Amino acid sequence: MVEKKEFQNNEEIAWCPGCGNFSIHATLQGALADLDLEPHQVVISSGIGQAAKMPHYLKINGFNGLHGRALPVGTALAAVRKDLKVIVESGDGDIYGEGGNHFLHAFRRNPDLALFVHNNQVYGLTKGQASPTSELGMKTGVQVKGVSNLPLNPLLVALAGGASFVARSFAGDRKHLQEMMKEAIQHKGFAFLDILQPCVTFNKINTFKWYKDRVYYLEEDHEKGNWEQAVRRAQEWGDRIPLGIFFRQERNVFAGDFPELSREEVFDPRERIYCWPEVLENFK
Amino acid sequence: MMFNIRVGGEAGQGMNTIGTLLAKSLLRLGYHVFTSKDYMSRIRGGHNYSDVRFSPEPQQSGTEKVDILLALNEETWEIHRNTLGDEGIVVFDQDDFSPEGQGPKKKGISLKKKAEEIGDRRIGGVIALGLIHKMLGLDLKQFKKVLEEKFSGEILEKNLQGLDWGYAEGEPIFSVSEGKGLKGTKLISGNDAIGLGALVGGVQFYSAYPMTPSTGVLNFLASQGERFNILVEQAEDEIAAINMALGASFGGVRAMTGTSGGGFSLMVEGVGLAGITETPLVILNAQRPGPATGLPTRTEQGDLGFVIHAAQGEFPRIVLAPRGVSEAFYQTIRALNLADRYQLPVIILSDQFLGDSEQTVMEFDPEKVKIDRGKLIKTHEEETPYLRYKFTEDGISPRLIPGEKGEVVLADSDEHNQAGNIIEDSETRSKMVEKRMKRMETIKEEMEPPLYEGPDPQNADFILVSWGANYGPVEEGRKALEEDGFKLGHYSFQDIWPLPGGNWEKTLQTKPWILIENNYSGQLGSLLKQNGTGSPEVFIRKYDGRPFTGDEIKRRIKEEVGPRG
Repeated sequence: MVEKKEFQNNEEIAWCPGCGNFSIHATLQGALADLDLEPHQVVISSGIGQAAKMPHYLKINGFNGLHGRALPVGTALAAVRKDLKVIVESGDGDIYGEGGNHFLHAFRRNPDLALFVHNNQVYGLTKGQASPTSELGMKTGVQVKGVSNLPLNPLLVALAGGASFVARSFAGDRKHLQEMMKEAIQHKGFAFLDILQPCVTFNKINTFKWYKDRVYYLEEDHEKGNWEQAVRRAQEWGDRIPLGIFFRQERNVFAGDFPELSREEVFDPRERIYCWPEVLENFK
Repeated sequence: MMFNIRVGGEAGQGMNTIGTLLAKSLLRLGYHVFTSKDYMSRIRGGHNYSDVRFSPEPQQSGTEKVDILLALNEETWEIHRNTLGDEGIVVFDQDDFSPEGQGPKKKGISLKKKAEEIGDRRIGGVIALGLIHKMLGLDLKQFKKVLEEKFSGEILEKNLQGLDWGYAEGEPIFSVSEGKGLKGTKLISGNDAIGLGALVGGVQFYSAYPMTPSTGVLNFLASQGERFNILVEQAEDEIAAINMALGASFGGVRAMTGTSGGGFSLMVEGVGLAGITETPLVILNAQRPGPATGLPTRTEQGDLGFVIHAAQGEFPRIVLAPRGVSEAFYQTIRALNLADRYQLPVIILSDQFLGDSEQTVMEFDPEKVKIDRGKLIKTHEEETPYLRYKFTEDGISPRLIPGEKGEVVLADSDEHNQAGNIIEDSETRSKMVEKRMKRMETIKEEMEPPLYEGPDPQNADFILVSWGANYGPVEEGRKALEEDGFKLGHYSFQDIWPLPGGNWEKTLQTKPWILIENNYSGQLGSLLKQNGTGSPEVFIRKYDGRPFTGDEIKRRIKEEVGPRG
């Protein structure tokens, strides 16, 4: 039985007091412990931003790479190290903005990993500029007349692109969030979980209360295999925002036929090269 | 004896296939063969040609002179007629056009019409090759074997019929020295040699976005992936390609990515990521002329300065520029070992000339292949917890494969402490920079000095200086000039960065030297100058997108320094 505290480390956490990241941080530990995963069995690949600091604040394997590039790193890791659980964790600016192209192609490729996007609808680390999901009209130091670009609907994009698991949760509802995280981690293939997260410092519109007043659970009888229905529900935004698994479908996983390499095989690739001179026959 | 056959036509006429079949036949007849390709960035039309050069002696260069021109259309005749010497001959489809004007000998033959008569319009090229074999007095036996391995049934029968018919149409007009019956030789392109080096060197993950002229490596590895457990993935862009490769490498497997200059430009931030996370990675940059899209299918040595400085900040890296096809194989394996041993990015700087040229190589030697993973460890036996960036004497920390019970591995693109956690304090920052940079000293010691050929440098009139695959053309030019009484030495650099030490420094300070580079500004020259060599006496450069040839080197050196002997 794995306990939450096994994931704790002593790093000083640099998030603002009251940040939604704290609850995501605590919930993730609970989800991993619940799934009986030990720190050495999990890798978090993250990009840049406040959310992307997650691997520093846990005792866990981590690759804190470049802005926007957490998905390619995680994709390859999941493919060559099938013995590890890969979680890609970053913010809305990182995944939907800087890394948008990788987000699009992850649906098609379907790598066996879980993507957790801390979606606070604003840029935190660079101090309050609009993100791809910021509401129309939101004023910032850059968008001085208010945001005029349409906000991206990441769930709808994921559904249109063929994602095999699309879900949404809310940092203010830890019970639901933990359930969603567990479902995503257990999904065989690309599991996308958008996590609504209040930013107490920079987003004065989408506050804890704003979300709390709007979120509700998708009905128990929501058909998770029904794509058209998922597309319809994913368009709900505004007064009522549904949470839950919108869509789930099993399909071929990226590099599914690539063998599971043990750490020994990873270390020593020599075994397989003894027959290489045969390849040279093509060149005579 | 050197003999050059040029096959020209428009894209889609099968010049590559014709060239390959001819080259294979010559290889099996015991010749050293060198092929090069000149093609346009289009799928149909335009003008493309392939050269197949052969000799009983080793060679690594193309030539300006053509002995047999197989002109598959009239344009080929117009463009290349002046390359034919007095002894040269043009072979053409007599039903298609008739080469006008004085000059070289001409031999018309029915190609398309005869091919259709036999019943397969694709065999025109084989008919022409039958004729060419007869002209050269070469036996068809080996050629037939090549065809038998490639085709079967009715298609084979038609090919053989065409071949025999073409052979009967010609008469022996050239007398070529016999091949030496070389055993076990292979004809391999630079790109395939790099792919083969990656395979034998233990690469288990290769991600790339297709970009000429690097795509051959992606194709080769994809063709072998399933058999050798190499995961080959076409990424959505080069940024994804390099980041995927880094993810795989962090996971412990040997990983590599490949591109050309434009793609490398997109990868640059990833190069820095490999630098600060100390993640081993081999990156192939097969150069083509830039900037931006440049000349997609042509060659240049324009990226040297770029790759040694690419990415912000300071971190160690290694740059290797293979001299030829055989070296492309061994240097790729070496690059993988160096990347693992020093935990940094290693860049293989190739170009279209090397990548697309095929060259006869003696059998690659399995005994020479050693895999050295440096300080990669399966288990952490020292005191816990494991520290990914532990300070060590040589600046290299043990690199644990993630997944060991009780231990975790953290890599970070931010400046970090020994555990991999973000820091900003000045003391740790300084120590980390020093830890990373101090590896440069050890690396420099093991960089190989440039290969020297020629008389004792003190007795040479001039020292030629080249790098990468220019070795072949420059060396051929040097030898030809030697026959004319010139006394020339030749330093050919393969290890580019960090620049190796050696006698060359003193030699170039004291002797006049001639810099030869396939670019405008003399990028290796600038690097040498920084090392105190002063400037070259003469700079022979070329930036038209075409490779140097041996005869061109000879001609241009003569033009620059006057007659000797």
